[in-house]
Amino acid sequence: MGQLPNLNEFMRISRRIFAGLATASLAVTVTSCGGGSDTSGSFDDTVTVGILHSLSGTMAISESTLVDTEKMAIAEINAAGGVTVGGKSYKIDYIVEDGASDWPTFAEKSKKLIDQDGVPVVFGGWTSASRKAMLPVYESKDAFLYYPIQYEAQECSNNIFYTGASPNQQSEPATDFMYKRSPAAGKPFFLVGSDYVFPRTSNTITKEQLKSLGGKVVGEDYLPLGNTEVAPIISKIKKALAPSGGGVIINTLNGDQNVAFFKQIQDAGITPSNGYYVMNYSIAEEEISTIGPEFLEGHYGAWNYMMSIDTPESKKFAADFKALYGSDRVVADPQESAYNMVYLWKQAVEDAGTFENSAVREALVGQTFDAPQGPVEVMPNHHLAQTVRIGLIKPEGGFEILEETDGVVYPQAWNQFEPSSKGYACDWTDPSKGERYKL
Amino acid sequence: MELLLDSLFNGVAIGSVLLVAALGLAIVFGLMGVINLAHGELMMLGAYTTYVTQLIFKLPVLKPYYNAYVIVSIFFAFIVSGVVGILLEKTVIRKLYGSPLETLLATWGVSLILQQFVRSVPLAYGTGLVISLIIGLFLPTVFPLKVKESIYFKYVKFSSWIFAALAGVLSGSLISSSVSKLSRASARNVDVTAPAWMRGQVEILGTAFPKTRLMIIIITLISVVSITLFLNQSAWGMRIRAVTQNREMSDCLGISTEKVDVLTFGIGSGLAGVAGVAVSLLGSVGPNVGGNYIVGCFMVVVLGGVGNLLGTILASFGIGIMTDLIGAGRLLSIWPEMPLPISNTINFFATTSMARVMIFALIVIFLQFKPTGLFPQKGRMVES
Repeated sequence: MGQLPNLNEFMRISRRIFAGLATASLAVTVTSCGGGSDTSGSFDDTVTVGILHSLSGTMAISESTLVDTEKMAIAEINAAGGVTVGGKSYKIDYIVEDGASDWPTFAEKSKKLIDQDGVPVVFGGWTSASRKAMLPVYESKDAFLYYPIQYEAQECSNNIFYTGASPNQQSEPATDFMYKRSPAAGKPFFLVGSDYVFPRTSNTITKEQLKSLGGKVVGEDYLPLGNTEVAPIISKIKKALAPSGGGVIINTLNGDQNVAFFKQIQDAGITPSNGYYVMNYSIAEEEISTIGPEFLEGHYGAWNYMMSIDTPESKKFAADFKALYGSDRVVADPQESAYNMVYLWKQAVEDAGTFENSAVREALVGQTFDAPQGPVEVMPNHHLAQTVRIGLIKPEGGFEILEETDGVVYPQAWNQFEPSSKGYACDWTDPSKGERYKL
Repeated sequence: MELLLDSLFNGVAIGSVLLVAALGLAIVFGLMGVINLAHGELMMLGAYTTYVTQLIFKLPVLKPYYNAYVIVSIFFAFIVSGVVGILLEKTVIRKLYGSPLETLLATWGVSLILQQFVRSVPLAYGTGLVISLIIGLFLPTVFPLKVKESIYFKYVKFSSWIFAALAGVLSGSLISSSVSKLSRASARNVDVTAPAWMRGQVEILGTAFPKTRLMIIIITLISVVSITLFLNQSAWGMRIRAVTQNREMSDCLGISTEKVDVLTFGIGSGLAGVAGVAVSLLGSVGPNVGGNYIVGCFMVVVLGGVGNLLGTILASFGIGIMTDLIGAGRLLSIWPEMPLPISNTINFFATTSMARVMIFALIVIFLQFKPTGLFPQKGRMVES
């Protein structure tokens, strides 16, 4: 019997230890959240927004960086007093949902966020496929999605706000640069991409644009998603471009297909020193560090934001992100775009004086923001007027900015080179115009 | 001539990747009849082994030998994937012989577990785990027969597992402290960089060939030659062939079929690891890398005829050359003035995605006429 009290004693002690550990770990969790709770006393209310990106599956690597940036923007806004609507200050809270790199899941989770959680706005998406899956949900429920990625356009929804570049804000200036002012100026073009909607649409636009510039496309090939066998493409590129002593390759490959592509073209002698220059639309700072700058050195990229922009706003954005998530992290165009959209939503809500959708939508058009890339402005077609930059990839990684447009470039939701959409535009501020009207 | 050579080399280059990837599967699926959907993930483990080896060779102690790391990682990858394969056989597949559907589901589950494992566990501790597995599985086998037969052998076994676990934890934390890149879990794809002597091109008969591709062809050649020699010349190879032909009779004649199963599966898995090294030289290394190859592997094995190495070899080079002929539109350059409708059709299929469609279609048509593949297996086992 003498053993029993000992056992009880032991249990009590271990329970105490456990409780102590639990408290300690709780404390760690709370502080690691950024200590948002200690300012909560000064808010009148909270508003909960939705964040919907892939946190698992193939897209998780890219999309999780957007979640990080959106959380950072929300924390900044909260630290500066939150959102003030109708004289009341609101703390922004968020619900993060996982789209799991699966497009129907994006639609399902959107429904959940809108119906069940009643969020006034959802920040989300990356691939065009996920956006196309979500679009009907937001249109039928008249909810609002903020979408931060550069994309192929040819779409203009009243319920989506696009903060990434449309083709005339990325591929058109890039093609123009490669054809007129790059070391391979005047040489023929070869187009390579992953086999899905963005590369195909983007390349159609590039072909039309080159036709009007007088340039020549000598070949085009698409790699099925997940396939990394690029040997046939390499022999095609050589066959097509070697007679003219090199040329321009427009690359819209996705994700890790880029690694296979660049490793193997370098081995095959398709390098800048031999006269072959690759212009990339999907390679930002993050991808340069994963692929390895030694493979990308001397090639080009086109974006609205580049980490090497030498302004206080840009430096602060990069420094804040590094301070929050680690000094080895980088910021890139998609993240900047995600950061901007949270701020633009906040400004629109404050101007509208309500979280109600139609009023926010009206207030949104014309909003301006001093973004890390420079000033941006929301246009009536729900796209963003922004600056375009062409960068040369440096041996140590990152871009050296070669050119930037003089001021902002106005977005075209309907491309003016593509015959099917030529002469059309989008304007949601005028009820008689709407999604697609003839200019 | 140059065109022909170029086309032939490209075909062989594509085919050798297929062959080295499918070789292990040809053994596991062909000789044992096990549909192993985790084959791709065993390749992935091989690719990650290459990455870990590369980082370890960057340590100051091993830096002078950095150029040799690819060669070393071929052996490491064989052992790592082989040991994981042996563990898989002993724990999962052994219980499921004779029920192919359950094997298919179970190995698919294993492939998901392995993918998630490399996403969520820091590679240093993954390496530690593999090291303890290797020691735990092999340490008991080195004791003399007298010890093995004693009734206390289970204690020896138990203590060697404890030793293995300790060694695993120690090596895991050692690697994690010396190579900081391996100390954190990451779902990010990583990159294997070929050493300087393997980069660039080499000229053969007036045409330039990438050196990495040549390296892969050499790896494939060595794998094929050594596995053929092993199966046809060694005692264990003979036992494996005997069990494949008639399991009951071999069992009656005193061949330990259990040991043969473990060995066959281990070798098949080890070859998957070697394929992982080859694949890591071409693209990036990530949790999904194996999934990209698994369909191609089954395609090669089925086309070649299950259970026949020669068929596997011919099928992979056949597919490789066809991919290049169709995908790069070579027929057009061989015969430039062909009639317009034909050249338009060829142009239509001359993209990588359409070439794949065309090749799958051709294989389906071929299998209509020869459902058992190029070289069907003959003999008693097939009839039963």
